[in-house]
Amino acid sequence: MALKMVKGSIDRMFDKNLQDLVRGIRNHKEDEAKYISQCIDEIKQELKQDNIAVKANAVCKLTYLQMLGYDISWAAFNIIEVMSASKFTFKRIGYLAASQCFHEGTDVIMLTTNQIRKDLSSPSQYDTGVALTGLSCFVTPDLARDLANDIMTLMSHTKPYIRKKAVLIMYKVFLKYPESLRPAFPRLKEKLEDPDPGVQSAAVNVICELARRNPKNYLSLAPLFFKLMTSSTNNWVLIKIIKLFGALTPLEPRLGKKLIEPLTNLIHSTSAMSLLYECVNTVIAVLISLSSGMPNHSASIQLCVQKLRILIEDSDQNLKYLGLLAMSKILKTHPKSVQSHKDLILQCLDDKDESIRLRALDLLYGMVSKKNLMEIVKKLMSHVDKAEGTTYRDELLTKIIDICSQSNYQYITNFEWYISILVELTRLEGTRHGHLIAAQMLDVAIRVKAIRKFAVSQMSALLDSAHLVASNTQRNGICEVLYAAAWICGEFSEHLQEPQQTLEAMLRPKVTTLPGHIQAVYVQNVVKLYASILQQQEQAAEHEAAQATTQLLVDRLPQFVQSADLEVQERASCVLQLVKYVQKLQAKDVPVAEEVSALFAGELNPVAPKAQKKVPIPEGLDLDAWINEPPSDSESEDEAPKAIFHDDEQKPTRHRQPEVDEEELARRREARKQEQANNPFYIKSSPSPQKRYQDTPGVEHIPVVQIDLSVPLKVPGMPASDQYVKLEQERRHRQRLEKDRKRKKQRKEKQREGRHRRHSSLHTESDEDIAPAQQVDIVTEEMPENALPSDEDDKDPNDPYRALDIDLDKPLADSEKLPIQKHRNTETPKSPDKEDVPIVEKKSKKLKKKEKKHREKEREREKERRKEKEKGDDLDFWLSTTPPPPPAAALGPSLSPGEPGVDAIVAAPKEECEEPKREEPENEENDDEQELEKKPSKQKKKKHKKEKEEKSKDKKKSRRKKPPSEALAEPMQNGALEEGPLPPVSSYCLLAENSYIKMTYDVQGSLQKDSQVTVSIILENLSSSFLKNMELNVLDSLNTKMARPEGASVHDGVPVPFQLPPGVSNEAQFVFTIQSIVMAQKLKGTLSFIAKNEEGSTHEKLDFKLHFSCTSYLITTPCYSDAFAKLLESGDLSVSSIRVDGITISFQNLLAKICFHHHFSVVERVDSCASMYSRSIQGHHVCLLVKKGENSVSVDGKCSDQTLLGNLLDEMKVTLAQC
Amino acid sequence: MVILIFNNHRKPWLSKFCQPYSKDTQQQIIRMTFHLVSKRDENVCNFLEEKLLTGGYDNKLIYRHYTTLCSVFCMDFSESELGILDLIQVFMETLGKCFENVCELDLIFHVDKVHNILVEMVTEGMVSETNMNETITQIDAQNKLDKSEAGSAGAPAHAVSVVKNMNLPEIPRNINIGDISIKVPNLPSCK
Repeated sequence: MALKMVKGSIDRMFDKNLQDLVRGIRNHKEDEAKYISQCIDEIKQELKQDNIAVKANAVCKLTYLQMLGYDISWAAFNIIEVMSASKFTFKRIGYLAASQCFHEGTDVIMLTTNQIRKDLSSPSQYDTGVALTGLSCFVTPDLARDLANDIMTLMSHTKPYIRKKAVLIMYKVFLKYPESLRPAFPRLKEKLEDPDPGVQSAAVNVICELARRNPKNYLSLAPLFFKLMTSSTNNWVLIKIIKLFGALTPLEPRLGKKLIEPLTNLIHSTSAMSLLYECVNTVIAVLISLSSGMPNHSASIQLCVQKLRILIEDSDQNLKYLGLLAMSKILKTHPKSVQSHKDLILQCLDDKDESIRLRALDLLYGMVSKKNLMEIVKKLMSHVDKAEGTTYRDELLTKIIDICSQSNYQYITNFEWYISILVELTRLEGTRHGHLIAAQMLDVAIRVKAIRKFAVSQMSALLDSAHLVASNTQRNGICEVLYAAAWICGEFSEHLQEPQQTLEAMLRPKVTTLPGHIQAVYVQNVVKLYASILQQQEQAAEHEAAQATTQLLVDRLPQFVQSADLEVQERASCVLQLVKYVQKLQAKDVPVAEEVSALFAGELNPVAPKAQKKVPIPEGLDLDAWINEPPSDSESEDEAPKAIFHDDEQKPTRHRQPEVDEEELARRREARKQEQANNPFYIKSSPSPQKRYQDTPGVEHIPVVQIDLSVPLKVPGMPASDQYVKLEQERRHRQRLEKDRKRKKQRKEKQREGRHRRHSSLHTESDEDIAPAQQVDIVTEEMPENALPSDEDDKDPNDPYRALDIDLDKPLADSEKLPIQKHRNTETPKSPDKEDVPIVEKKSKKLKKKEKKHREKEREREKERRKEKEKGDDLDFWLSTTPPPPPAAALGPSLSPGEPGVDAIVAAPKEECEEPKREEPENEENDDEQELEKKPSKQKKKKHKKEKEEKSKDKKKSRRKKPPSEALAEPMQNGALEEGPLPPVSSYCLLAENSYIKMTYDVQGSLQKDSQVTVSIILENLSSSFLKNMELNVLDSLNTKMARPEGASVHDGVPVPFQLPPGVSNEAQFVFTIQSIVMAQKLKGTLSFIAKNEEGSTHEKLDFKLHFSCTSYLITTPCYSDAFAKLLESGDLSVSSIRVDGITISFQNLLAKICFHHHFSVVERVDSCASMYSRSIQGHHVCLLVKKGENSVSVDGKCSDQTLLGNLLDEMKVTLAQC
Repeated sequence: MVILIFNNHRKPWLSKFCQPYSKDTQQQIIRMTFHLVSKRDENVCNFLEEKLLTGGYDNKLIYRHYTTLCSVFCMDFSESELGILDLIQVFMETLGKCFENVCELDLIFHVDKVHNILVEMVTEGMVSETNMNETITQIDAQNKLDKSEAGSAGAPAHAVSVVKNMNLPEIPRNINIGDISIKVPNLPSCK
């Protein structure tokens, strides 16, 4: 055996290992492929051997070859062999190879299930770890389903290393097997509070990743994350959480309000740029979500913009980049604050880094105004000339078009300038965006009537110039422009100066090299042009010329008839026949021009791209229903298209608008409507009667400057935009002077006419000053009347994350348990037996028990529903800042002096509520004094003094009368008797129990020590053994720690100072220190003890969970109505409320319950309404207004700490729900 | 998420794909990434937006140049850009610590070890450990396990590989990877 091993390792000496392989490849640079194929052959030989070490070595080499791009899928089975090796070294190699080359399609993966399960449960943490990381790379839906439960178990592994990995891998399992999300989620949530920071951060990671895809399901976690955010110091975790909040705020604006303050603090305090940046980002998201309602956040915006400016000014290009990126987010909602940094952004346009220039370009969109548009575009044009890479140049081009056309050409004052910019852009070679320029040309020419003449002259020049035609085919992008040019020249041919020349240009032989769709437009528009030329010539009675024109067409059209493009060929044939017919008529001297022109009569209106889709279906029309009996064959199909074609023929052909998505369209439409409402420059040509709301008289006042077209027309096709800039400046100057004059006049008029304003105040002063050069009658796109709002479904049905859109707050149903499989072959399809389920999420366990007991599903479901509702409300408490009617107001009448019976009413509940109080005589004295000092209301002083005296008498009486333990068993005074006494209640609740011992506990705070509570635990010996050496230990949390004897470490337990003979019980007290009391806490702990009986002694343990509810931090403190009112008025308390339905017990008992269980005292009670007060050990005031309705109770709370209040009310809700 | 390390001559020394891509796509991503990153000047920002690269998702390339190496992470927007930049640095420093003297050749010859280290830091596209010491502790523990298992059986092979290593003609003596300046020890020469 030993010999064999030695032999094996000697063999190995001569095998190539990974290093040899790498070295070999480096030494065979010339014939690398050949060398590698040799190596692969060797590897194949090695894989055939039995020695696992040899195999592992081979697999290791394959992993390297895989990286170089070689296929190693043939070795999948060998990889599995190596994965199942017993040694960690080999196992690691195997899993690495698997993680690099296995994927869902790898069929041998299904062989791995049991191996992986074995490795997951391996005692060695590294075997488990390696299996987990490997699995994360190649998990399939099957593996996920089969192993989900095993991985979930690992989430509670003792080693943080494994817990961390298991948590992370759960994410992948969720993706592959979404059904596992709900059962596993509670445990995942638990991991958010794992003592190990690594595990915690992993859980944050996973939940953030989940929440990013489906944020709305995770809103209920917001309070928890909020707590983490304020407590964590790990920047990675903070960044994740802050990013998550950025995704949540759009769904819940109230969350944003809560976040602003801590985030602002972080921005001020942090030194980590990454954290600062994420904070700024989330603040921006918050501000966006709040943008409608909250006007007073300008300080936050200013802060963000300032910080971003610092980033942008930094010499570190990364910060600069990120600064610009974030700036563009602010731009969307708060353009004004960004505009003030225009200098900086324009500066970034000149940066040497392309990424930064691109980001700066994004921002330009919001920087433009009527004033500076020309200037900015001029700058961009100069960049276009300089830019080398086509990507950046294309980006520039789209940006120029974007900023010019934004909000319906809002900033363009001179369309001649814009047209010439577009013409200049056509000189770009090799751009992909020819169609964009074309679309702009068409749009402007169609919608701005005043510009048509100029546009036509420019377009004819384009058609005439050879460069576009010459440079097509290879760089075909830009020739798209000719499509627009030809159409514009044809459609608006009446504006052409030299139509004959244009016609000839369009019939050149070179045109046939253009793409088919452009040629088709050429053919169509040649006829339009021809028609208008004919008309002109006939009117001028130039019959010879007319015939010559016809001849030209007859000569040239055949070149299109021969086109390979069907569309071109078809159109050309038709047109040729038509022209030949015209020629015949012309030969007979028949005037034909009228009739030819009639082909193209009528005007075009632009139609919105989705207009057809938006036509509402008339009522009673069912498009799916058969009108007649369904035909047996497809005859009807022939019928339908005909009808459609009929309709179409009536409309002239028109250019299809570039596709704009619905949202964009809706936005534009909205913006346009608003603009039109505010701007009298826009004249609607739309015939739709409902749209005629403009005040036409205003239009006459518009100072329309006549343009002298002769100047720009001199140099058609030459870069002329610069000239326009100058011209425009002059024009503006003139305009200003004129305006000044007019204004003076107007002022006089005003005095006569009174109020007479044209302009809406929405426009800024500077913008208003500049009137457009042309009468910009931008024609709106036509939409059908009563257009339907678009229904959008953007979600991609194939999105893998969509499956994870699961409501996590719903309680688990039994059917949702994770499958637990023992052996694949013995597995039966029915769900696993309940008893066999070791790991089921807690909630479902509870439910199951109940089910067994009651077999009443109905009730359970109701409970679930209630719970669910509660969950939903949870967040509401946490978030609510909108005050419900303040308790003070409701108590108002009872506070007014002289109201009869107040004292009596006040006194009665007062008494009862003192009852459950623990004996703290000294404290109370102090409190009374404090209350006295607080009392400022002078007018009422006398009365209240009396009242107080009365009350303190009452109090003393009650204290004397009723010992706390049996307080509630006492009958109630003042008519409470009719309800019958409440059953005796103990404040001690069960902590844990086993066959030996039962533990019940109670938590008490004291006002002297603001960060300490005492836990009294009653230990009761249930067994016949003698219990000794009892030791209690808890796992401290950051917030809550057990006070241990000096010198003891945190892992030591605290000994219980007594022993328990059989059947005896005793009480032990433990002190805990607490930092924050605003949240409830659970501490895990263990009681260890030795049980001794006749047979000997055994070491026993009992685990428990110590629950520190927020209530346990409250101390019953009396409060007087005036102090109470004062407190409510002070305004620095936050508000929250709950409502519980299905309450049957009397109001009296209800109040008693609240007093007893939640340590409150009644301040005043009027009918079915009472105000209550309590105080926390850290001095938080808690005020309640409890109102009872028919079957429900609503509790409005006010507290100096929102979180505390929320938690208290939650606990109260649970108590009340049990009533 | 994609993690790549390659040298200035387009040789990938490490590639990790956290989503399943076909091997051709993988090679194409490596090529394109190299193409994009290598033409970037110094003194420009370390972020690149490239939608074409991974099928239209909004991904970002975050990279760091070292003297002869370039380390690229391709992430979506769930991670902080600056954070990832830090992570790259931590990763390289961890490599430095784990190999004692990290040089390009270490990465080339011990790609498996580099993978093991990476796996400790990034799991399934999510950053799992950012603490360098924690990573090193785990790696050391695993290596110890590895060594104890190898025991006698592994010794001869190990000896052979040491001898083989000595013939390396091209081990550079001093390699500087960015901030980590580490000297390669003089190997005993047996010529």
